[in-house]
Amino acid sequence: MTDLNSLSYTEEHEWIERSGDVATVGITDYAADKLGDVVFVDLPAVGDTVTAGDVCGEIESTKSVGELYAPVTGEVVEVNTALDDDPSVINSDAFGDGWLLKIRGTESVALLDRAGYEAFTGGAA
Amino acid sequence: MSTALRQTPLHARHEALGASFTDFGGWSMPVRYTSDLAEHRAVREAAGIFDISHMAEFFVTGSGAAAFLDHVLAGRLSALPLGKAKYSLVLADDGGIIDDVIVYRLADERFLVIANAGNRDAVAAAFAQRAAKITDVTVDDRTDELALIAVQGPRAEQIVLSTAGLEADDLPGLGYYAWRDGSFDGTPVFVGRTGYTGEDGFELLIDNAQADALWDALLSAGEPLGLVPAGLAARDTLRLEAGMPLYGHELSRDIAPAQAGLGRVAVMAKDDFVGKEGLLARDLTDAPVLVGLTAEGRRAGRAGYAVRGPDGTPVGEITSGALSPTLGHPIAMAFVKPELAASGTVLTIDVRGTAVPATVTDLPFYRRTK
Repeated sequence: MTDLNSLSYTEEHEWIERSGDVATVGITDYAADKLGDVVFVDLPAVGDTVTAGDVCGEIESTKSVGELYAPVTGEVVEVNTALDDDPSVINSDAFGDGWLLKIRGTESVALLDRAGYEAFTGGAA
Repeated sequence: MSTALRQTPLHARHEALGASFTDFGGWSMPVRYTSDLAEHRAVREAAGIFDISHMAEFFVTGSGAAAFLDHVLAGRLSALPLGKAKYSLVLADDGGIIDDVIVYRLADERFLVIANAGNRDAVAAAFAQRAAKITDVTVDDRTDELALIAVQGPRAEQIVLSTAGLEADDLPGLGYYAWRDGSFDGTPVFVGRTGYTGEDGFELLIDNAQADALWDALLSAGEPLGLVPAGLAARDTLRLEAGMPLYGHELSRDIAPAQAGLGRVAVMAKDDFVGKEGLLARDLTDAPVLVGLTAEGRRAGRAGYAVRGPDGTPVGEITSGALSPTLGHPIAMAFVKPELAASGTVLTIDVRGTAVPATVTDLPFYRRTK
């Protein structure tokens, strides 16, 4: 079980887990609940360069499409290919097996800690 | 969320079940309880229970009731047999669609019209304006007093039959688009065999005060059979697979019935009805028509996305679209130029800049096996 207090968060409802200069990125369970059942994920390719604050992918649910914003500037070093077969893991395990991609880089958008994110979502997270 | 949103008598039940809510037609309605895909599958494979109390109920009574409905609706409701139901349309003078409704004949001189929540005021206004022209008809909007609960799915009959306290004669003998009076713990309940999912099912109308108890009894009886509470998200993908129009998407004041494949609903042989002259005056030769589209992959076209021809020129627009939970590929309904409406025509959907090939397909996308 991921310690949610160890993660950083964005106002675009993403979470980041840092390991050295690599950031693992996912969306929060709050975001997953708002989207509904995720049925398709469009992620950048390994080797692509993404820019913090820019759209780098899409997350589609049965009801809507959400844009994925890169929270960190850098090179995509890994994407979660298991999501191609079963994107529903984003709903069932948003902070674990539902991770989206890993980016090598340190420059990021403004980040929130857990308390800050909970305040941002009105305590609903 | 706006405090002006209305709540159904079952709102506390939905909150207790952990539902997420959405604004639909001015009402705060459950959009999903857990997973809309799981709720969708339950309706296809077992059954789902929906709160549709937001829908509007108009009781039309009097010796002029049948003549009134023949005048204000596109169909010939005077010919509707007692005990049966019929799909119909409320048209504007120019033939555009004000709402689509289900009409039940309750007695020779009494009908029930069920209208969409978001069109309640428009239908009430249309009825009020036109009732003045007919002798002896009363229109009574009882929406605020009544709850409507739908049980939909292949096990719906088994569930309704085994619900404690719910009594109605010979429900297995009740045909589709027919209704019967029943009772629930001594309270009258109206049992219609209709729905909006493409499955067999029932819609149960009961006084608000008994809504919680009926909901609980249906769930208790149904849970061992796989019944789950289902929200509007599942309802939308279910009706889309079944090729059923949704007002505000496939139907609007700008659309004539024939464009949406509902030409047969307007009985032009009737002497006179609101919208008849407007329809006769329309030249629909080049008007867009509603088609089904299917695509491969998982990227669905959605309402508002452009449909393009082989050379990339815009030829229409999607009105509803989703990745079909049952079929596993994207489906959509769209209005396209009539010369491109033939089944098998290959078009493309502009999915946020990507041209996704899509094939015109006969509706419905999904049909239950009887």
